[in-house]
Amino acid sequence: METYVNLFVKSIFIENMIFAYFLGMCSYLAVSKTVKTAVGLGAAVIFVLSITVPINFLLDTYLLKPGALAWLGGEYAELDLSFLSFIMFIAVIASMVQLVEMIVEKFAPALYGALGIFLPLIAVNCAILGGSLFMQQKDFGGVGESAVYGFGSGIGWFLAIIAIAAIREKITYSNVPAPLRGLGITFIITGLMAIGFMSFMGIKL
Amino acid sequence: MSKENNPTQKPTLFFVNKEKEALFSKKNRALLSDPMDDNNPITVQVLGICSALAITVQLKPAIVMSISVMAVMAASNVIISLLRNLIPNRIRIIVQLVVVAAMVVLVDQILKAFAYDVYKELSIFIGLIITNCIVMGRLEAFALGNGVWKSFLDGIGNAAGYGFILIIVAFFRELLGSGKLLGYQVIPDAAYAMGYENNGLMLLSPMALITVGIFIWIQRSRNRKLIEKN
Repeated sequence: METYVNLFVKSIFIENMIFAYFLGMCSYLAVSKTVKTAVGLGAAVIFVLSITVPINFLLDTYLLKPGALAWLGGEYAELDLSFLSFIMFIAVIASMVQLVEMIVEKFAPALYGALGIFLPLIAVNCAILGGSLFMQQKDFGGVGESAVYGFGSGIGWFLAIIAIAAIREKITYSNVPAPLRGLGITFIITGLMAIGFMSFMGIKL
Repeated sequence: MSKENNPTQKPTLFFVNKEKEALFSKKNRALLSDPMDDNNPITVQVLGICSALAITVQLKPAIVMSISVMAVMAASNVIISLLRNLIPNRIRIIVQLVVVAAMVVLVDQILKAFAYDVYKELSIFIGLIITNCIVMGRLEAFALGNGVWKSFLDGIGNAAGYGFILIIVAFFRELLGSGKLLGYQVIPDAAYAMGYENNGLMLLSPMALITVGIFIWIQRSRNRKLIEKN
């Protein structure tokens, strides 16, 4: 249990997708103009990350890793298919996103209308593929750990996009130097927030 | 003086021919040069930020990354442009992802074989070229609607604009952060003896964001038509 909590806190704050690795910056910058849309996109990212990371973990352990095919019999034990992992991961992500899109459209049309174009865009959000690739690097012990990691990173991304959206809503009332307006000031604010998040470094539960 | 055999007069049959564009006509050159400034993928189109920030601690990985992105973009733009009339609209995202992923696997294997130390440094960011918005964005916005040669130029141009920012940011971060360029010490020992210190903060990730922010500031003060309303 302790390892799960530790991993969860670590993936939200210390290894925050946005502030520590800059993953998913494109949609983070494009969709953070109002808090409402930011919440929608953030929720979709949490959802997709916590589904795709465990699925890709299973794929990696039973199909792709060096020696992962041992369950098929002795002669397959030495195969190493890890060079296929990019294609496999992205295929899983693209099809999961398509599936999620169809489910949401069928059962929650209101949410579907609110998320609109963001759902299909999630397939090309670097945070999603990044989550799977980090999972591959970290060598987790089981499906549970990878699911916690995916969920935690999703929450970290969600917090970051809501924070920046709230700040950007307020900043419209202040007098920013003209060339910095819009993109420039958002970059600098994100930098300052990242410095703040660095204070979580080294925390261990 | 007979005007009948005027050499400029062509038989009407050839007038049906559409005018052939020169290989490097003005329009085609603009495809290459626009992304460097007015239509820069990072500072204006806001595409491909993720990797631009994470690998700019040193100059060498930034250069390798720019070259890899250029190769992937040129190749996948050409392939998608060739296939553009065959791809059904509904599944185009998946087709694009598969083409890009195949190209990235090639780049990944080549780097692993010939530049292993840089490959280790770039770690997951090579894989993340697949979801680099710059590649998908240009495929969607350009290669799906334009010919092969133009798409090729567009790919090269945008990758160059991307690499340009990457290299500038990496230059300042390596110079101010560790006093080196491409791993060689540039700031003389005498300066350190005088009390000069490397700014360790430049090596940390937040400064990448702030450097890009400042670069945007400089670019938009020079080119005022890029200024946003708020």
